[in-house]
Amino acid sequence: MNNIMLELKEISKLYGENQVLNKVSFSVEKGEILCLLGENGAGKSTLMNILFGMPVIHSTGGYAGEILLDGQVVNINTPEKAMELGIGMVHQEFMLIPGFTVAENIKLNREVTKGNPISQVFGKDYRTLDYKTMNRDAREALDKLEIGIDEYAKVEGLPVGYMQFIEIAREIDKKNIRLLVFDEPTAVLTESEADNLIKAMKHLAAQGIAIIFITHRLDEVTACSQHVVILRDGGLVAAKKTSDTNTVELAELMVGRKIEKLVQNEENRNVEKSETIISMKNFKVGMPGEMVKGIDLDIKRGEIIGIGGLAGQGKIGVANGLMGLFPASGEVTLNGEPLVLNAPMASLKKKLAFVSEDRKGVGLLLDEPIDLNIAITAMQVKDDFLKKVVFFNQIDEAKVKRHAEEMVKLFDIRCTGTEQKTRRLSGGNQQKVCLARAITLEPEVLLVSEPTRGIDIGAKKLVLDTLIELNRKKNMTIIMTSSELAELRSICDRIAIVSEGKLVGVLKPDDSDAKYGLYMSGKTDMPGEVL
Amino acid sequence: MKTKTRDLLTKNIVTIVFVILCILGIIASQQPLPFIFKELLTRVGRNTFLVLALIIPVIAGMGLNFGITIGAMAAQIVMIFAISYGATGFGGFMLCMVLSTPIAALFGYLTGVVLNKTIGQEMITSMILGFFANGLYQLLFLFLVGTVLPIGNEMYLIPGGVGVVNTIDLKGNLMYALDDLWSLKVPTVLIIAGAICTALLVWMQMKNKATQTKDQKKASYARIGMGLSLLVVGLVLNFTTNMYRFFDVPMITALFIILIAVFNIAIFKTKMGHDFRTVGQDKHIAHVSGVNVEKRRVLSIVISTVLAAWGQIIFLQNLGTLNTYGSHVQISTFAIAALLIGGASVTKATVGQAVLGVILFHTLFIVSPMAGKNLFGNAQVGEYFRTFIAYGVIGLSLGLHAWKTFAAQQRKDKIDLE
Repeated sequence: MNNIMLELKEISKLYGENQVLNKVSFSVEKGEILCLLGENGAGKSTLMNILFGMPVIHSTGGYAGEILLDGQVVNINTPEKAMELGIGMVHQEFMLIPGFTVAENIKLNREVTKGNPISQVFGKDYRTLDYKTMNRDAREALDKLEIGIDEYAKVEGLPVGYMQFIEIAREIDKKNIRLLVFDEPTAVLTESEADNLIKAMKHLAAQGIAIIFITHRLDEVTACSQHVVILRDGGLVAAKKTSDTNTVELAELMVGRKIEKLVQNEENRNVEKSETIISMKNFKVGMPGEMVKGIDLDIKRGEIIGIGGLAGQGKIGVANGLMGLFPASGEVTLNGEPLVLNAPMASLKKKLAFVSEDRKGVGLLLDEPIDLNIAITAMQVKDDFLKKVVFFNQIDEAKVKRHAEEMVKLFDIRCTGTEQKTRRLSGGNQQKVCLARAITLEPEVLLVSEPTRGIDIGAKKLVLDTLIELNRKKNMTIIMTSSELAELRSICDRIAIVSEGKLVGVLKPDDSDAKYGLYMSGKTDMPGEVL
Repeated sequence: MKTKTRDLLTKNIVTIVFVILCILGIIASQQPLPFIFKELLTRVGRNTFLVLALIIPVIAGMGLNFGITIGAMAAQIVMIFAISYGATGFGGFMLCMVLSTPIAALFGYLTGVVLNKTIGQEMITSMILGFFANGLYQLLFLFLVGTVLPIGNEMYLIPGGVGVVNTIDLKGNLMYALDDLWSLKVPTVLIIAGAICTALLVWMQMKNKATQTKDQKKASYARIGMGLSLLVVGLVLNFTTNMYRFFDVPMITALFIILIAVFNIAIFKTKMGHDFRTVGQDKHIAHVSGVNVEKRRVLSIVISTVLAAWGQIIFLQNLGTLNTYGSHVQISTFAIAALLIGGASVTKATVGQAVLGVILFHTLFIVSPMAGKNLFGNAQVGEYFRTFIAYGVIGLSLGLHAWKTFAAQQRKDKIDLE
């Protein structure tokens, strides 16, 4: 066991009252690939931020526990310190400058310079760049990865698959690199590109560099790693040898069982037999970071359908695309009639209403009072809350206020009055205002994205109860997008799982955890003997 | 091939339009070519330095620095006081250059700090800062001088003793302080320049022979050809009878311009210049890789402001009159228009574009009054035309830039969907 390079001992981290990491311990050996698995919010990125001494950790009170590097306790308090210790990171989003050459990118802010007469006088800012050495170093790093990119080509025209390699080359060009973290590097790559990347990772590991590989593709875990560590809700669930486990077990461990049913089984609930209200065919949405790459899905009248999946896989894009907020294409019919895409007004007029996941950006007029926030969309879409004075439409303030007061009572919005600015409300109450506005439109289909993100448990329950009530009493069809699988499973009739922009499959709320885990990582084939 | 030509055309459309306008203008003005050439020579010497002051902020991602007006004010503050205390000749000129440097650097620093607070709106901010600074400048010269601040010679005060007069004649003190130091005739200059260029290019070709590709080789020979033709034209002019033999080229002014052009090219081969490029391309990535983005941005504005101050001194010593409340007002508009006509954009500018732009812009300036008179019977029409051109080209260029960004985004969205 003398081979251990990095050891994490009982790492805990609190963000305010929120325990995001709870006594996580594991170790990484020299020259091994260790996979780190976990759902969104499991604490993976917090852990990596601690390892890199990111300012966000230290400005929120630091962490508890110890990090040992080669048996020595180290205090990593800045990213620079992490770099000094030989810890490198390959970012998921590319930190590359398109207008620069590959070599310039690899050497970004670590340029090789040589002196000249002017720099002798004015200092090192005036030293000339030594392109020859820079190109040679870049070539060396690229050769180590066995990748044949021209070091003097501009990054602009290169295929996406290469960009990851340039990032890696930048890290291994740092001479003392010992530990590399790959943060979901394969998420944006095609299969063959991902294979190349894994080959390169193995190659690096063989040269003695330890690698922490964050991924959600379970077959990649079994393909390359020696150990696998699984986090869930900030706690360590398992640390296993990869050879002792299999994808089904991993999937089960990752998702876990933590579901509390909010709806009791109802005898005569049979939404699957009701008519189709929305039908999507080859539906694509160009939402940056949440691309939808062709989905076929039928939604039944009167059901609550959940859209689940990991972050960045496209689940958020579906609702945004239906509402026309991001460029979309494909065939969508509503009640049998084609829905005009890329036009928010058309979607609204067809009685779709949307509660955005971006509450503060898209959802609310933060500097306007509650009553206006609730009424504003209805004014635009239905000419409601307006009165005509000669030639001009004026806001019917009395009606707006009356309606807002009703809503405040209905949703139990905690506020000083309906004229309070929404900026001053807590997250849960802001969410209730958003819901109130959507309901004011009296929609046929209600789309809610991440309705419980960032709000406390009491408010969470209330929001979910409200959704159920709307569905049962008004027969409103609800499309709910959420990162929290447990929440989807607690209220939905069916749950569609989206991975890499495509629909993997539609699951029942009481399907097994393993099935959910596999679906979320993009696989549907279940090895039969395990279940 | 066809798309290549079209690409070339669309990319350089502004420059091409102005080349055509210049040719038409020259024809319509019915002026002899030597006259236009002589005028152009003066104006290029006068203005090029100011235009070159704009390049570094463009590369550093801060757009067109309308704040060079502030640099010009620094220059004029120093010049007015220096003249009143009796500065003359080349010594006086250099004194102004030296004294204006720290003042312009301070102004540039303050501008840079403000621009760092208004990221994304640098151009409009620098323009408004120019207007604001003009107010302070007027306060200084209309009220403070004569009441609080002393001035070397009472004759520069408005009768009554408060405020500086409207125009200051530079004749006898700073006029031609730089231009008259050393000048050569046009053919001689062409011969020298041609010989030096050819020799340099041939030497470079010898050095790079082994590593160069076919295209590079072609380009290199083409450049040698151009150097040679300069030499030949010089020789022809020297040994035939023509007007050009009598025109002077102010050599020291030319040298100043060449030095600053070389500086603008050389700085991007240094660590500092490379950082400017990094910051200009992507502030976020620059920051993540440890470049001090804010410091670099401020520095680029400081350099630009100082160069603008020097440029204004060169401009005024050639012009010969200092209009206390007016000389600095329009220089940013005209310098920026010239740069844009040369083919630069909000995000890209080179020394070559600056020089070409000055030549085209000022050719148009020279010929348009006469062309207006010949075509419409009124020289004023030409005047209107050139003011219209200056503002029009800036508006057009900003519009084109916005449109290009928008089109690129649209294309990206489309690709993303497929």
